[in-house]
Amino acid sequence: MTTPVEQERTQVDPTTDEVGAEDRPWLTVVWNDPVNLMSYVTYVFQKLFGYSREKATKLMLDVHHKGRAIVSSGSKEKVEGDVAKLHAAGLWATMQRDS
Amino acid sequence: MRGWKRDGAQIVGVLDQQEAALVRGMVGQIKDMLDARAEEQPRDELAALTGIRTGHSTPPEDPILGRLLPDFHRIETDVDGDPLPSAAEDVNAAAAMRSLHEPALLDHKTGAAGTVLNTCPRDGGEVSLSESEAEAWLSALNDVRLALGTALDVSDDMPEMLPDDDPRGPHYGVYQWLTWVQESLVQAVAAG
Repeated sequence: MTTPVEQERTQVDPTTDEVGAEDRPWLTVVWNDPVNLMSYVTYVFQKLFGYSREKATKLMLDVHHKGRAIVSSGSKEKVEGDVAKLHAAGLWATMQRDS
Repeated sequence: MRGWKRDGAQIVGVLDQQEAALVRGMVGQIKDMLDARAEEQPRDELAALTGIRTGHSTPPEDPILGRLLPDFHRIETDVDGDPLPSAAEDVNAAAAMRSLHEPALLDHKTGAAGTVLNTCPRDGGEVSLSESEAEAWLSALNDVRLALGTALDVSDDMPEMLPDDDPRGPHYGVYQWLTWVQESLVQAVAAG
C-alpha cells in the first residue's frame, strides 16, 4: 500500500482556541487508499449517511485527490458509530477531535 | 461472468465453474482468517456475565488482517512503523475502541463472507441476490480485494499490465477480475 499524501492541517480558527477541548466536535475522516473503487466509495457514503449522489461524489473526489476528507462530525458516540460502519464497508476511516 | 444485472428487486449474474470456485475459495480464506482472529479474542467471566464482549486491544500483526481491521485513530509512526512517543494518547484511545468494536466488525465481515458462500453455487451457474445479499457480496468482495491489494502492494499508479517477469502477474490478473466484478455489482445495486 502506498501512504496517502500528508495533508497540511487546516488552519485553526483563532476563535476556536477559546473553546475547551470538551466542546469541540469529533470528526470522521476517510483516507485515500489504492484499492477501494471510486464508485463503491460514493455508494457507501450515500448508503451510510443518506447523502445525495452529488455530495457523496464530491466527498469521494476529495478523498481521492486530497488524500482524505471529513465525511461527518458530531458527538464522540456518533462519530465512533460512523467509523465502525465505514470499517464494516472496508473504508479506511479514523476519528479525531476538531482542531 | 458477463456482469451483474438488476432484475426487479433481484440482482443477477452468472459465474462459470472456475469463477465460482475462485470466489468461494478466496472469500472462504478471508473468512478463515477472520474466524481465527475471533477465536483468539480474550475471554473473561465478566464478559460472559454481562454479555459485553471485549475484543483484542492491539491491531493484528499480519498486514492483511490489519487492513481489514483498522484502528479508530490515526497513529503517527516512525520509519519502522512504530508509534511515535507523541502518539501515546492515540495508541491508548485506539486500543480502547478496538476492544469495544472489533467483535462486531468481525461478526459483520464473517457474516458477509458466509452469505457469499451460501449463495455462490459450488459448480457455478446463476446467482440471484436480494438487496441485502448483494450488499454482503459487495462487502465480502471488497475485503478480498483489500487483502489481495495489500499482499500485492497495489498502488494508485500501478500499470494495467505488470512486466512479464513480475511474479505478481497472475495474482494481479485475479485482482483485476475481482475489481471488474465488484464495479459491475456496485452499478447494478446503485441502479435500484
